[in-house]
Amino acid sequence: MPLDLESMANHCGEWLRASGPESDIVISSRVRLARNLTDFPFIARTTEADREQIEQILHARIDALRAAGKLPSAKPENELHYVDVGGLEEVDRQFLVERQLISREHADADGARAVVIDGGERFSVMINEEDHLRIQVMHSGLDLEAAWKEINEIDDLLEEQVTYAWNDRLGYLTACPTNVGTGIRVSVMLHLPALVITRQIDKVFRSLQKINLAVRGLYGEGSQAMGDFYQISNQVTLGMTEEELLAKVADVVPVLLEYERQARDFLIKESQETLHDRVSRAFGILRTAQTISSEETLHLLSSVRMGVNLGLIGDVEIPTVNKLFVHTQPAHLQKLAGMELDQSDRNIERASYLRRHLNAGKAEPGDN
Amino acid sequence: MQCQKCDKPATFHITDLVDGEPKEVHLCEVCAKDFLSPLAEEADQVVPEMAGLLAQQLAIGQTAEELAELDQRVCPVCGISFLEFRKQGRLGCPHDYVHFAKELEPLLVNIHGETQHVGKTPARGGGNAEQQTQLIRLRREMKEAVAKEEYERASELRDEIKEIEGAS
Ligand SMILES: [Zn+2]
Ligand SMILES: [Zn+2]
Repeated sequence: MPLDLESMANHCGEWLRASGPESDIVISSRVRLARNLTDFPFIARTTEADREQIEQILHARIDALRAAGKLPSAKPENELHYVDVGGLEEVDRQFLVERQLISREHADADGARAVVIDGGERFSVMINEEDHLRIQVMHSGLDLEAAWKEINEIDDLLEEQVTYAWNDRLGYLTACPTNVGTGIRVSVMLHLPALVITRQIDKVFRSLQKINLAVRGLYGEGSQAMGDFYQISNQVTLGMTEEELLAKVADVVPVLLEYERQARDFLIKESQETLHDRVSRAFGILRTAQTISSEETLHLLSSVRMGVNLGLIGDVEIPTVNKLFVHTQPAHLQKLAGMELDQSDRNIERASYLRRHLNAGKAEPGDN
Repeated sequence: MQCQKCDKPATFHITDLVDGEPKEVHLCEVCAKDFLSPLAEEADQVVPEMAGLLAQQLAIGQTAEELAELDQRVCPVCGISFLEFRKQGRLGCPHDYVHFAKELEPLLVNIHGETQHVGKTPARGGGNAEQQTQLIRLRREMKEAVAKEEYERASELRDEIKEIEGAS
Protein backbone atom coordinates (compact mmCIF):
# COMPACT_ATOMS: atom_id res chain seq x y z
CA MET A 1 0.00 0.00 0.00
CA PRO A 2 1.54 3.34 -1.01
CA LEU A 3 2.06 5.91 1.68
CA ASP A 4 -0.13 8.99 1.53
CA LEU A 5 1.99 11.68 3.21
CA GLU A 6 -0.80 14.27 3.01
CA SER A 7 -3.20 12.16 5.04
CA MET A 8 -0.35 11.11 7.33
CA ALA A 9 0.37 14.79 8.02
CA ASN A 10 -3.16 15.21 9.31
CA HIS A 11 -2.96 12.66 12.06
CA CYS A 12 -0.13 12.02 14.45
CA GLY A 13 2.11 9.12 15.31
CA GLU A 14 1.48 6.84 18.24
CA TRP A 15 4.41 8.27 20.18
CA LEU A 16 2.89 11.78 20.30
CA ARG A 17 -0.37 10.68 21.90
CA ALA A 18 0.92 11.21 25.44
CA SER A 19 -0.88 8.03 26.44
CA GLY A 20 1.93 6.07 28.05
CA PRO A 21 3.21 6.14 31.66
CA GLU A 22 4.88 9.38 32.90
CA SER A 23 3.98 11.06 29.63
CA ASP A 24 3.96 14.51 31.26
CA ILE A 25 7.77 14.33 31.14
CA VAL A 26 8.65 11.23 29.11
CA ILE A 27 7.62 11.92 25.51
CA SER A 28 8.64 8.62 24.00
CA SER A 29 10.56 5.38 24.48
CA ARG A 30 12.52 4.07 21.53
CA VAL A 31 14.55 0.96 20.86
CA ARG A 32 16.52 0.43 17.67
CA LEU A 33 18.62 -2.45 16.37
CA ALA A 34 21.43 -2.21 13.80
CA ARG A 35 21.81 -5.27 11.57
CA ASN A 36 23.76 -6.16 8.43
CA LEU A 37 23.45 -8.91 5.87
CA THR A 38 26.47 -11.16 6.03
CA ASP A 39 27.05 -11.52 2.28
CA PHE A 40 27.48 -7.84 1.38
CA PRO A 41 30.07 -5.23 2.36
CA PHE A 42 28.96 -2.54 4.81
CA ILE A 43 27.33 0.49 3.18
CA ALA A 44 30.55 2.57 2.91
CA ARG A 45 32.09 -0.07 0.61
CA THR A 46 28.99 -0.98 -1.39
CA THR A 47 28.46 -0.13 -5.03
CA GLU A 48 25.24 1.38 -6.33
CA ALA A 49 24.36 -2.11 -7.62
CA ASP A 50 25.03 -3.67 -4.17
CA ARG A 51 22.67 -1.20 -2.54
CA GLU A 52 19.98 -1.94 -5.10
CA GLN A 53 20.40 -5.66 -4.51
CA ILE A 54 20.27 -5.27 -0.72
CA GLU A 55 17.16 -3.15 -1.04
CA GLN A 56 15.50 -5.70 -3.34
CA ILE A 57 16.35 -8.66 -1.12
CA LEU A 58 15.06 -7.00 2.03
CA HIS A 59 11.97 -5.66 0.26
CA ALA A 60 11.10 -9.18 -0.93
CA ARG A 61 11.69 -10.75 2.50
CA ILE A 62 9.65 -8.13 4.34
CA ASP A 63 6.87 -8.51 1.76
CA ALA A 64 6.90 -12.27 2.34
CA LEU A 65 6.57 -11.73 6.10
CA ARG A 66 3.73 -9.28 5.58
CA ALA A 67 1.95 -11.63 3.19
CA ALA A 68 2.26 -14.45 5.72
CA GLY A 69 0.62 -12.14 8.27
CA LYS A 70 3.63 -12.37 10.55
CA LEU A 71 4.61 -8.73 11.01
CA PRO A 72 2.22 -6.72 13.22
CA SER A 73 -0.20 -5.74 10.46
CA ALA A 74 -3.39 -7.49 11.52
CA LYS A 75 -5.33 -4.27 12.08
CA PRO A 76 -6.09 -2.09 9.02
CA GLU A 77 -4.45 0.94 10.61
CA ASN A 78 -1.35 -1.15 11.02
CA GLU A 79 -1.02 -1.69 7.29
CA LEU A 80 2.66 -1.67 6.36
CA HIS A 81 3.94 0.97 3.97
CA TYR A 82 7.04 0.42 1.88
CA VAL A 83 8.55 3.79 0.99
CA ASP A 84 11.27 4.25 -1.65
CA VAL A 85 13.18 7.01 0.15
CA GLY A 86 15.60 7.54 -2.75
CA GLY A 87 12.68 8.38 -5.02
CA LEU A 88 11.08 10.94 -2.70
CA GLU A 89 11.18 14.72 -3.04
CA GLU A 90 13.35 16.56 -0.51
CA VAL A 91 10.30 17.91 1.35
CA ASP A 92 8.90 14.38 1.74
CA ARG A 93 12.17 13.02 3.06
CA GLN A 94 12.30 15.95 5.50
CA PHE A 95 8.74 15.09 6.54
CA LEU A 96 9.79 11.55 7.51
CA VAL A 97 12.74 12.96 9.49
CA GLU A 98 10.44 15.32 11.41
CA ARG A 99 8.21 12.34 12.08
CA GLN A 100 11.27 10.48 13.46
CA LEU A 101 10.64 7.60 11.05
CA ILE A 102 13.97 8.01 9.24
CA SER A 103 17.23 9.67 10.26
CA ARG A 104 18.69 12.81 8.71
CA GLU A 105 21.55 10.64 7.37
CA HIS A 106 19.10 8.28 5.70
CA ALA A 107 17.26 11.21 4.11
CA ASP A 108 20.49 12.68 2.74
CA ALA A 109 22.17 9.42 1.64
CA ASP A 110 22.78 8.33 -1.97
CA GLY A 111 21.36 5.48 -3.98
CA ALA A 112 18.75 2.84 -3.30
CA ARG A 113 17.26 3.09 0.17
CA ALA A 114 13.85 2.55 1.70
CA VAL A 115 11.83 2.55 4.89
CA VAL A 116 9.04 0.25 6.01
CA ILE A 117 6.53 2.00 8.26
CA ASP A 118 3.52 0.53 10.02
CA GLY A 119 0.29 2.52 9.88
CA GLY A 120 0.35 3.25 13.61
CA GLU A 121 3.91 4.59 13.25
CA ARG A 122 5.05 2.34 16.09
CA PHE A 123 7.80 0.73 14.12
CA SER A 124 9.89 1.50 11.10
CA VAL A 125 12.67 -0.38 9.35
CA MET A 126 15.28 1.69 7.51
CA ILE A 127 17.07 -0.11 4.68
CA ASN A 128 20.56 1.08 3.67
CA GLU A 129 21.11 3.64 6.38
CA GLU A 130 24.52 3.43 8.07
CA ASP A 131 23.83 -0.31 8.36
CA HIS A 132 21.81 -2.45 5.94
CA LEU A 133 18.99 -2.58 8.46
CA ARG A 134 17.96 -0.21 11.22
CA ILE A 135 14.85 -1.47 12.99
CA GLN A 136 13.12 0.97 15.33
CA VAL A 137 10.13 0.74 17.67
CA MET A 138 8.78 3.86 19.34
CA HIS A 139 6.11 4.04 22.06
CA SER A 140 4.47 6.95 23.85
CA GLY A 141 5.63 7.65 27.41
CA LEU A 142 7.89 5.39 29.47
CA ASP A 143 7.36 1.97 27.92
CA LEU A 144 10.79 0.49 27.18
CA GLU A 145 10.00 -3.12 28.10
CA ALA A 146 7.11 -3.31 25.65
CA ALA A 147 9.13 -1.60 22.93
CA TRP A 148 11.96 -4.10 23.41
CA LYS A 149 9.59 -7.07 23.34
CA GLU A 150 8.07 -5.83 20.10
CA ILE A 151 11.37 -5.10 18.35
CA ASN A 152 12.83 -8.42 19.48
CA GLU A 153 9.94 -10.23 17.79
CA ILE A 154 10.40 -8.26 14.57
CA ASP A 155 14.13 -9.03 14.69
CA ASP A 156 13.42 -12.75 15.18
CA LEU A 157 11.11 -12.75 12.15
CA LEU A 158 13.68 -11.01 9.95
CA GLU A 159 16.39 -13.33 11.22
CA GLU A 160 14.46 -16.29 9.83
CA GLN A 161 14.57 -14.65 6.41
CA VAL A 162 18.16 -13.43 6.07
CA THR A 163 21.59 -14.21 7.51
CA TYR A 164 22.96 -11.43 9.68
CA ALA A 165 26.66 -10.53 9.89
CA TRP A 166 27.68 -12.05 13.19
CA ASN A 167 30.62 -13.51 15.05
CA ASP A 168 30.76 -15.45 18.30
CA ARG A 169 33.08 -13.07 20.07
CA LEU A 170 31.66 -9.71 18.97
CA GLY A 171 28.00 -10.53 18.32
CA TYR A 172 26.18 -8.56 15.62
CA LEU A 173 28.70 -6.84 13.36
CA THR A 174 27.98 -3.21 12.47
CA ALA A 175 29.53 -0.60 10.18
CA CYS A 176 30.62 1.47 13.17
CA PRO A 177 32.41 -0.18 16.11
CA THR A 178 30.28 1.94 18.47
CA ASN A 179 27.26 -0.29 17.68
CA VAL A 180 28.87 -3.73 17.60
CA GLY A 181 27.63 -6.51 19.88
CA THR A 182 23.93 -6.09 20.53
CA GLY A 183 23.51 -3.30 17.96
CA ILE A 184 20.92 -1.89 20.35
CA ARG A 185 20.22 1.74 21.13
CA VAL A 186 17.68 2.29 23.89
CA SER A 187 16.45 5.88 24.24
CA VAL A 188 13.93 7.91 26.13
CA MET A 189 12.94 11.43 25.07
CA LEU A 190 12.39 13.67 28.07
CA HIS A 191 10.95 17.16 28.42
CA LEU A 192 13.04 18.89 31.11
CA PRO A 193 12.19 22.61 31.07
CA ALA A 194 12.54 23.21 34.82
CA LEU A 195 16.01 21.67 34.89
CA VAL A 196 16.93 24.04 32.08
CA ILE A 197 15.49 27.11 33.86
CA THR A 198 17.19 26.23 37.15
CA ARG A 199 20.36 25.48 35.15
CA GLN A 200 20.63 21.98 36.52
CA ILE A 201 20.74 20.39 33.11
CA ASP A 202 24.53 20.48 32.75
CA LYS A 203 24.88 18.66 36.02
CA VAL A 204 22.45 16.02 34.78
CA PHE A 205 24.51 15.69 31.60
CA ARG A 206 27.71 15.12 33.50
CA SER A 207 26.13 12.60 35.83
CA LEU A 208 24.74 10.63 32.92
CA GLN A 209 27.98 10.71 30.97
CA LYS A 210 29.85 9.34 33.96
CA ILE A 211 27.63 6.27 33.88
CA ASN A 212 28.09 5.93 30.11
CA LEU A 213 24.75 7.28 28.98
CA ALA A 214 24.58 9.70 26.06
CA VAL A 215 22.42 12.85 25.98
CA ARG A 216 21.23 14.54 22.79
CA GLY A 217 18.77 17.27 21.93
CA LEU A 218 15.63 16.87 19.83
CA TYR A 219 16.40 17.15 16.09
CA GLY A 220 19.94 18.15 17.06
CA GLU A 221 23.33 16.53 17.14
CA GLY A 222 25.04 18.48 19.90
CA SER A 223 24.07 18.89 23.49
CA GLN A 224 22.07 22.05 22.73
CA ALA A 225 18.50 20.84 22.81
CA MET A 226 15.54 22.39 21.01
CA GLY A 227 12.58 23.20 23.18
CA ASP A 228 14.13 21.57 26.28
CA PHE A 229 13.80 18.02 24.92
CA TYR A 230 16.60 15.61 25.68
CA GLN A 231 17.18 12.09 24.51
CA ILE A 232 18.97 9.78 26.93
CA SER A 233 20.47 6.60 25.49
CA ASN A 234 23.00 3.86 26.14
CA GLN A 235 26.49 4.40 24.76
CA VAL A 236 27.83 0.89 25.29
CA THR A 237 26.49 -1.94 23.09
CA LEU A 238 29.03 -4.70 23.77
CA GLY A 239 29.57 -6.83 26.88
CA MET A 240 26.09 -6.34 28.32
CA THR A 241 22.84 -8.08 27.40
CA GLU A 242 19.98 -6.21 25.75
CA GLU A 243 18.01 -6.47 29.00
CA GLU A 244 20.89 -5.04 31.03
CA LEU A 245 21.26 -2.13 28.62
CA LEU A 246 17.52 -1.54 28.75
CA ALA A 247 17.65 -1.50 32.56
CA LYS A 248 20.61 0.89 32.53
CA VAL A 249 18.51 3.51 30.73
CA ALA A 250 15.24 2.63 32.49
CA ASP A 251 16.82 2.86 35.97
CA VAL A 252 17.91 6.44 35.56
CA VAL A 253 14.54 7.70 34.32
CA PRO A 254 12.74 7.77 37.71
CA VAL A 255 15.66 9.74 39.13
CA LEU A 256 15.44 12.26 36.31
CA LEU A 257 11.64 12.49 36.67
CA GLU A 258 12.04 13.16 40.38
CA TYR A 259 14.72 15.74 39.67
CA GLU A 260 12.64 17.60 37.09
CA ARG A 261 9.57 17.52 39.34
CA GLN A 262 11.57 18.93 42.24
CA ALA A 263 12.88 21.72 40.04
CA ARG A 264 9.28 22.48 39.01
CA ASP A 265 8.19 22.54 42.68
CA PHE A 266 11.08 24.81 43.45
CA LEU A 267 10.09 27.24 40.68
CA ILE A 268 6.47 27.22 41.85
CA LYS A 269 7.42 27.90 45.47
CA GLU A 270 10.26 30.26 44.79
CA SER A 271 8.96 32.31 41.89
CA GLN A 272 5.43 31.43 40.99
CA GLU A 273 4.70 34.87 39.52
CA THR A 274 7.75 34.79 37.28
CA LEU A 275 6.93 31.28 36.16
CA HIS A 276 3.27 32.04 35.55
CA ASP A 277 4.27 35.15 33.65
CA ARG A 278 6.71 33.21 31.46
CA VAL A 279 4.14 30.53 30.66
CA SER A 280 1.32 33.02 30.00
CA ARG A 281 3.47 35.18 27.76
CA ALA A 282 4.55 32.14 25.78
CA PHE A 283 0.92 31.06 25.37
CA GLY A 284 -0.06 34.62 24.43
CA ILE A 285 2.57 34.91 21.72
CA LEU A 286 1.70 31.52 20.23
CA ARG A 287 -2.01 32.45 20.17
CA THR A 288 -1.57 35.82 18.53
CA ALA A 289 1.64 35.89 16.48
CA GLN A 290 1.24 36.61 12.77
CA THR A 291 4.67 35.26 11.83
CA ILE A 292 6.92 33.02 13.88
CA SER A 293 10.11 31.00 13.37
CA SER A 294 10.53 27.32 14.07
CA GLU A 295 13.05 27.95 16.88
CA GLU A 296 10.84 30.46 18.69
CA THR A 297 7.90 28.08 18.37
CA LEU A 298 9.78 25.18 19.96
CA HIS A 299 10.99 27.44 22.74
CA LEU A 300 7.54 28.85 23.53
CA LEU A 301 5.72 25.52 23.17
CA SER A 302 8.11 24.11 25.75
CA SER A 303 7.00 26.73 28.29
CA VAL A 304 3.36 26.12 27.41
CA ARG A 305 3.80 22.38 27.80
CA MET A 306 5.21 22.84 31.29
CA GLY A 307 2.46 25.35 32.07
CA VAL A 308 -0.22 22.82 31.15
CA ASN A 309 1.45 20.12 33.27
CA LEU A 310 1.60 22.48 36.25
CA GLY A 311 -2.03 23.52 35.85
CA LEU A 312 -1.10 27.11 35.00
CA ILE A 313 -2.88 26.87 31.64
CA GLY A 314 -6.25 25.19 31.38
CA ASP A 315 -7.63 25.35 27.87
CA VAL A 316 -5.19 23.19 25.94
CA GLU A 317 -4.20 19.54 26.31
CA ILE A 318 -0.81 17.84 26.24
CA PRO A 319 -1.46 15.70 23.13
CA THR A 320 -2.31 18.90 21.24
CA VAL A 321 0.90 20.56 22.40
CA ASN A 322 2.89 17.44 21.47
CA LYS A 323 1.32 17.44 18.03
CA LEU A 324 2.14 21.12 17.53
CA PHE A 325 5.84 20.46 18.15
CA VAL A 326 5.95 18.19 15.11
CA HIS A 327 3.28 19.76 12.91
CA THR A 328 4.91 23.20 12.98
CA GLN A 329 8.16 21.83 11.55
CA PRO A 330 8.91 23.05 7.99
CA ALA A 331 8.02 19.94 5.97
CA HIS A 332 4.85 19.25 7.98
CA LEU A 333 3.62 22.80 7.41
CA GLN A 334 4.14 22.43 3.68
CA LYS A 335 2.38 19.06 3.57
CA LEU A 336 -0.53 20.45 5.58
CA ALA A 337 -0.75 23.51 3.35
CA GLY A 338 -0.50 21.27 0.30
CA MET A 339 2.18 23.45 -1.32
CA GLU A 340 5.80 24.46 -1.18
CA LEU A 341 6.43 27.49 1.00
CA ASP A 342 9.57 29.58 1.36
CA GLN A 343 10.83 30.48 4.80
CA SER A 344 8.90 33.70 5.27
CA ASP A 345 5.69 32.08 4.02
CA ARG A 346 6.29 29.18 6.38
CA ASN A 347 6.62 31.59 9.31
CA ILE A 348 3.23 33.11 8.42
CA GLU A 349 1.64 29.68 7.89
CA ARG A 350 3.12 28.43 11.18
CA ALA A 351 1.66 31.36 13.11
CA SER A 352 -1.72 30.80 11.48
CA TYR A 353 -1.63 27.07 12.26
CA LEU A 354 -0.77 27.78 15.90
CA ARG A 355 -3.58 30.32 16.22
CA ARG A 356 -6.11 27.88 14.75
CA HIS A 357 -5.10 25.12 17.18
CA LEU A 358 -4.61 27.15 20.34
CA ASN A 359 -7.71 29.33 20.03
CA ALA A 360 -10.16 26.46 19.59
CA GLY A 361 -13.67 27.62 20.39
CA LYS A 362 -12.62 31.26 20.58
CA ALA A 363 -13.16 33.69 17.74
CA GLU A 364 -9.83 35.09 16.64
CA PRO A 365 -9.62 38.87 16.67
CA GLY A 366 -9.99 40.04 13.10
CA ASP A 367 -11.52 36.72 12.00
CA ASN A 368 -14.73 36.79 10.09
CA MET B 1 14.95 19.29 60.02
CA GLN B 2 17.87 21.65 59.81
CA CYS B 3 19.53 22.93 56.63
CA GLN B 4 22.76 21.07 55.92
CA LYS B 5 24.61 24.28 55.08
CA CYS B 6 23.34 26.70 57.74
CA ASP B 7 21.17 26.72 60.90
CA LYS B 8 17.86 27.63 59.29
CA PRO B 9 15.08 25.06 58.94
CA ALA B 10 15.34 22.94 55.79
CA THR B 11 12.33 23.51 53.53
CA PHE B 12 13.76 21.90 50.39
CA HIS B 13 14.48 18.20 50.26
CA ILE B 14 16.33 17.69 47.03
CA THR B 15 17.39 14.43 45.52
CA ASP B 16 20.74 15.22 43.96
CA LEU B 17 22.30 13.18 41.17
CA VAL B 18 25.84 12.06 41.89
CA ASP B 19 27.19 9.88 39.10
CA GLY B 20 23.66 8.83 38.26
CA GLU B 21 22.93 7.81 41.86
CA PRO B 22 20.31 9.74 43.85
CA LYS B 23 21.44 11.38 47.11
CA GLU B 24 19.23 13.30 49.57
CA VAL B 25 20.10 16.93 50.34
CA HIS B 26 18.16 19.02 52.89
CA LEU B 27 18.40 22.79 52.51
CA CYS B 28 16.76 26.05 53.47
CA GLU B 29 15.35 28.34 50.79
CA VAL B 30 18.49 30.48 50.51
CA CYS B 31 20.88 27.54 50.34
CA ALA B 32 18.58 25.71 47.92
CA LYS B 33 18.77 28.66 45.54
CA ASP B 34 22.57 28.60 45.73
CA PHE B 35 22.60 24.87 45.27
CA LEU B 36 20.41 25.03 42.21
CA SER B 37 22.51 27.70 40.49
CA PRO B 38 25.27 26.36 38.31
CA LEU B 39 28.95 26.95 38.81
CA ALA B 40 30.64 28.73 35.92
CA GLU B 41 33.19 25.97 35.32
CA GLU B 42 30.40 23.40 35.06
CA ALA B 43 29.00 25.06 31.96
CA ASP B 44 30.07 23.24 28.82
CA GLN B 45 30.38 19.57 28.09
CA VAL B 46 31.58 17.82 24.99
CA VAL B 47 30.40 14.33 24.19
CA PRO B 48 33.40 12.39 22.88
CA GLU B 49 32.90 11.68 19.22
CA MET B 50 33.89 8.51 17.46
CA ALA B 51 36.62 10.27 15.48
CA GLY B 52 38.01 11.86 18.64
CA LEU B 53 38.07 8.52 20.40
CA LEU B 54 39.96 6.96 17.53
CA ALA B 55 42.51 9.75 17.34
CA GLN B 56 43.03 9.56 21.11
CA GLN B 57 43.36 5.83 21.11
CA LEU B 58 45.83 5.69 18.28
CA ALA B 59 47.92 8.59 19.50
CA ILE B 60 48.78 6.65 22.65
CA GLY B 61 51.66 4.18 22.45
CA GLN B 62 52.14 4.36 18.71
CA THR B 63 54.96 6.05 16.85
CA ALA B 64 54.31 7.95 13.63
CA GLU B 65 55.97 5.17 11.61
CA GLU B 66 53.91 2.48 13.29
CA LEU B 67 50.75 4.42 12.62
CA ALA B 68 51.73 5.07 8.99
CA GLU B 69 52.43 1.37 8.52
CA LEU B 70 49.16 0.39 10.18
CA ASP B 71 47.24 2.84 7.98
CA GLN B 72 48.46 1.03 4.86
CA ARG B 73 46.96 -2.31 5.90
CA VAL B 74 44.13 -3.36 3.62
CA CYS B 75 41.26 -5.80 4.15
CA PRO B 76 41.57 -8.55 1.50
CA VAL B 77 37.79 -8.90 1.29
CA CYS B 78 36.44 -5.36 0.84
CA GLY B 79 39.67 -3.49 0.09
CA ILE B 80 39.31 -0.84 2.80
CA SER B 81 42.57 0.46 4.30
CA PHE B 82 42.93 1.14 7.99
CA LEU B 83 43.52 4.80 7.12
CA GLU B 84 40.17 4.97 5.29
CA PHE B 85 38.49 3.46 8.33
CA ARG B 86 40.17 6.00 10.62
CA LYS B 87 39.07 8.85 8.36
CA GLN B 88 35.42 7.88 8.02
CA GLY B 89 34.93 5.94 11.27
CA ARG B 90 33.05 3.21 9.35
CA LEU B 91 34.29 -0.27 8.53
CA GLY B 92 34.02 -1.80 5.07
CA CYS B 93 32.78 -5.35 5.67
CA PRO B 94 32.14 -7.95 8.40
CA HIS B 95 35.59 -9.46 7.80
CA ASP B 96 37.27 -6.21 8.98
CA TYR B 97 36.48 -7.24 12.56
CA VAL B 98 38.69 -10.29 11.97
CA HIS B 99 41.35 -8.72 9.75
CA PHE B 100 41.85 -5.65 11.97
CA ALA B 101 41.07 -7.49 15.22
CA LYS B 102 44.32 -6.51 16.93
CA GLU B 103 43.98 -2.85 15.98
CA LEU B 104 40.29 -2.68 16.88
CA GLU B 105 40.70 -4.32 20.28
CA PRO B 106 41.91 -1.23 22.21
CA LEU B 107 39.28 0.86 20.46
CA LEU B 108 36.49 -1.52 21.51
CA VAL B 109 37.79 -1.48 25.07
CA ASN B 110 37.80 2.31 24.99
CA ILE B 111 34.21 2.53 23.70
CA HIS B 112 32.56 -0.43 25.45
CA GLY B 113 34.93 -1.49 28.23
CA GLU B 114 34.47 -5.07 27.00
CA THR B 115 35.34 -7.20 23.98
CA GLN B 116 33.01 -10.16 24.46
CA HIS B 117 29.39 -10.15 23.31
CA VAL B 118 26.94 -11.58 25.86
CA GLY B 119 23.56 -10.64 24.36
CA LYS B 120 21.15 -12.14 21.86
CA THR B 121 22.35 -14.85 19.47
CA PRO B 122 20.71 -15.19 16.07
CA ALA B 123 18.85 -18.45 15.51
CA ARG B 124 20.82 -19.01 12.34
CA GLY B 125 24.36 -18.74 13.73
CA GLY B 126 25.71 -16.43 11.08
CA GLY B 127 25.53 -19.04 8.31
CA ASN B 128 28.71 -20.21 6.63
CA ALA B 129 30.97 -17.28 7.48
CA GLU B 130 33.80 -18.51 5.25
CA GLN B 131 31.53 -18.68 2.22
CA GLN B 132 29.93 -15.29 2.87
CA THR B 133 33.35 -13.67 3.12
CA GLN B 134 34.40 -15.28 -0.13
CA LEU B 135 31.26 -13.95 -1.83
CA ILE B 136 32.01 -10.37 -0.86
CA ARG B 137 35.58 -10.73 -2.15
CA LEU B 138 34.53 -12.33 -5.46
CA ARG B 139 31.91 -9.65 -6.08
CA ARG B 140 34.53 -6.95 -5.53
CA GLU B 141 36.98 -8.65 -7.88
CA MET B 142 34.27 -9.01 -10.51
CA LYS B 143 33.49 -5.29 -10.27
CA GLU B 144 37.20 -4.48 -10.67
CA ALA B 145 37.49 -6.80 -13.65
CA VAL B 146 34.54 -5.11 -15.35
CA ALA B 147 36.06 -1.69 -14.63
CA LYS B 148 39.31 -2.85 -16.28
CA GLU B 149 37.29 -4.30 -19.17
CA GLU B 150 38.59 -7.81 -18.40
CA TYR B 151 35.31 -9.41 -19.35
CA GLU B 152 36.55 -12.96 -19.57
CA ARG B 153 37.86 -12.80 -16.01
CA ALA B 154 34.60 -11.15 -14.89
CA SER B 155 32.58 -13.93 -16.42
CA GLU B 156 34.69 -16.59 -14.65
CA LEU B 157 34.16 -14.77 -11.37
CA ARG B 158 30.44 -14.57 -12.00
CA ASP B 159 30.29 -18.33 -12.48
CA GLU B 160 32.19 -18.84 -9.23
CA ILE B 161 29.75 -16.56 -7.40
CA LYS B 162 26.77 -18.41 -8.86
CA GLU B 163 28.25 -21.73 -7.78
CA ILE B 164 28.64 -20.58 -4.16
CA GLU B 165 25.21 -18.97 -4.11
CA GLY B 166 23.65 -22.13 -5.52
CA ALA B 167 25.35 -24.28 -2.91
CA SER B 168 24.16 -22.28 0.09
ZN1 LIG C 1 20.61 26.97 54.60
ZN1 LIG D 1 36.73 -5.66 4.71
